[in-house]
Amino acid sequence: MTHLNKLEAYQLSCVRDDRILFNELNFTLTSGQVLLIEGANGAGKTSLLRILTGFRRAESGHLLWNEELIENSVHFYEDAAYIGHNNGLKVALTAQENLRYAQALSSTTLTIDDAMAKVGLAGYQDTLVRLLSAGQQRRLALARLLCTHKPLWILDEPFTSLDRASIKLFEQFIETHANQGGLVIMTSHHETQLPHTLMQKIHL
Amino acid sequence: MFMRFIYKFSSPPYFYAISAKMLPWLTVLFLVLLGYGLYGGLVTAPADYQQGDSFRIIYVHVPAAWMSMFIYVVMAISGGIGLVWRIKLAEIVSISSASVGASFTFLALVTGSLWGKPMWGAWWVWDARLTSELILLFLYLGIIGLYSGIEDKRTASRAVAILALVGVVNIPIIHYSVEWWNTLHQGATVTKLDKPSIHIDMLIPLLFMAGAFKVYYFIALLLRSRNELLEREQNAKWIDELLENVK
Amino acid sequence: MKKTSSLLNAFSAVIKRDLLLAYRFRAELINPLAFFVMVITLFPLALGAEITLLKRIAPAIIWVAALLASLMSIENLFRADYDDGSLELMVMTPHPLSILVLAKVIGHWLISSVPLLFIAPLMGMMLHMETDIIGVLMLTLLLGTPVLSLIGGIAVALTLGLRKGGALLAILVLPLYVPILIFASSAIDAAMTGFAISGHLSMMCAILFLAITLTPLPTAAALKMSLS
Repeated sequence: MTHLNKLEAYQLSCVRDDRILFNELNFTLTSGQVLLIEGANGAGKTSLLRILTGFRRAESGHLLWNEELIENSVHFYEDAAYIGHNNGLKVALTAQENLRYAQALSSTTLTIDDAMAKVGLAGYQDTLVRLLSAGQQRRLALARLLCTHKPLWILDEPFTSLDRASIKLFEQFIETHANQGGLVIMTSHHETQLPHTLMQKIHL
Repeated sequence: MFMRFIYKFSSPPYFYAISAKMLPWLTVLFLVLLGYGLYGGLVTAPADYQQGDSFRIIYVHVPAAWMSMFIYVVMAISGGIGLVWRIKLAEIVSISSASVGASFTFLALVTGSLWGKPMWGAWWVWDARLTSELILLFLYLGIIGLYSGIEDKRTASRAVAILALVGVVNIPIIHYSVEWWNTLHQGATVTKLDKPSIHIDMLIPLLFMAGAFKVYYFIALLLRSRNELLEREQNAKWIDELLENVK
Repeated sequence: MKKTSSLLNAFSAVIKRDLLLAYRFRAELINPLAFFVMVITLFPLALGAEITLLKRIAPAIIWVAALLASLMSIENLFRADYDDGSLELMVMTPHPLSILVLAKVIGHWLISSVPLLFIAPLMGMMLHMETDIIGVLMLTLLLGTPVLSLIGGIAVALTLGLRKGGALLAILVLPLYVPILIFASSAIDAAMTGFAISGHLSMMCAILFLAITLTPLPTAAALKMSLS
C-alpha cells in the first residue's frame, strides 16, 4: 500500500430512540493506526461502527475518507471492509467458494490458498462452512480480509468466539495490517495486546 | 430568497409558532368556502335533468377524489425532499399526509358507491375510476402499515418516502391500465360526468367545495404535523422553552 | 499483485453464487412450484369442472397463481443475506449496489419463476386451454414474471428490518402488481377472441424495460437503509 489513507470524523453525534448516544465526536485516523472503541453495552459502539461504515447516517457531523464525504466517495466502499457480529459467510458453500465470491466483488491481493494458510485453515478449502467451528468461521472471515484489497478494516467485536491462540493470531494480523499502512477500527471487550504506539482509543 | 424561506419555515420551532398563528385564519377560510360550497351545491344548483337530486353527491365525491390524488403527490414530493435534503419537517409533512389522504380516498369510495346505487342500481360497480381509487387506498394502507411497522421513526420516514416515490411513478401506469381494462371488459356501458358541459351553476359550488377540501387538508396536515413534531422532538430545547412559557 | 474486479465479474459472481446456493438447497426449489400447482387445483374444486367455464377463466387462474407464487418466494430474496451478514459484503464493494441488486433479482427469477414457466403449459392443458393460447400465456409469463420479481424486490428491501413483514409485504406489493396482471390477462383474452396481441405484448415489454432500469434504484436505497 503506497499512498496514505485518512479517515476524519467531525462533530459526529448519534441519537437512538430519543437518547443521545454520543455527541461532537472528532477523530482522525491515518494509515498505520488502530482505533479502539470502548464502552459499556448500549453505549453506542455498534451504532458508531454503523455510522463509520456509512450504513447509518449520523444525526449531525460528517465523515471524510481521503478528503471526500464518504456518502459521495466512490473509493470508500472499495477500500473499506466490515466484519460484524455475523461473518458474512454462506454456510452452505465451501470455504473456497465463499472467498472466491468475495474476491469477485472486490480487488484481489493474496491467493485464496495463501490467505487460508495464513489463518491456519490450510486444507479446509473444500469444507462446507457449516462444518467449521465458530472460531474457524471467524478466522475464515479474517482470511477474507487478507485476500481482498481493503486498506480500512472495521471490526465489530472481532475476538468473540475465538480461543486465546486465535485471538493472538488475529491481533498479529491487525498489527501487520497497520504496519503495512492499513487502518483498523475495532470494538472489543477483551484487553488487547496491541502495541500502544499504534493505538488510539475512544471511550463512549 | 425562496430557499431561505423554506429553510426558515422548516425549522421546527418556527414552524410550530407560525402554524399556531395560521390555524384560526385557515379555519375561518375553510368554513366560508364550505358554507358557500354546500349552499350552492345543495340549494341553488339546479337538479340534474337525468339524475335528479342524487347527482349532488358529486360535491363531496369529486373533490374527495381530487384530494386523494393530490395528497399522494404531496406526500411523495415532501418525502423525496426529506430523503434528499434530510429536512425533518418534510418527513413529517409526508407521513402526516398519509392518513388524511387515506381518509379522503375512503370518502371518495364511499360516496362513489352511494352514488352508484341510484345511478347503476348497485352499490359497487367495477368502474375504472372507482377501481383506481380502491387501488390507491391500498397504496395508502401500505404506506401507513410500513410507517407503523418500523420502530425508528427517522428510518420509517425514509422507507415511506421511497415507497411513496415508487407509488407515484406507478400511479399513472395503474390508472392507465385500469382504464384500459375497463374499456376492454365493459365497453362504454357506463360513463359518468364525462359530459364536458357541466352547467356553470353546478360548477362554481364544486370549485368552492374543492377549495374547502384543500384548506381542510391543510388544517389537518398542520395539526397532525404539530403533534408529530412534538412527539419526535420531545427532548429538544425549544419544547422545554415552550413549556416554560405555558407555565 | 492487486487485481481489480470488473463490474461484469461481480455481476456474474452474484448470480452464480445464488444459483449454487439454490442447487445446494435443491429440495426447496419445489416449494413455489408446488404452491403454484396447488392454487390452480383449488379453482376447479371450488368452481366445478365445467369445461367451457374453466377454458374461459384458465388464463386468469394461472396468472393469479403465478402472482401469488412470486409473492411467496420473493420474501427470501434478501432474507438470508441480511441474516448472515453477506448483505454488508455486497454493499461494501466498488460496484454500484443497484447493479448487484439486479443480479440478485435475476438469480431469484431464474430459481423461482423459470420453473413455473415450464409447468404452466401443463396447467393450461389441465384447464382445457387451446395450444396456441398456451403459447401466448407462456409469452406473457416470460415477460411478466421478471417484473413481478423486480417490483417485489423493492418491497422486500423495505420490509427487511421488520420482524413481521409477511402480511405487510403483500399489501405493499399487490397494488403494484395490478398493471402487469391486467396487461397479461388482457393479452390472453385478446388471443382467445381472435384479436391482435402485439399491442399488449409491447406494453408488457415496455413495462419490463422500465422495471429493469428503474426498480433496482429504490431497492438499493432501501437495502442500505435496512442496514442502519
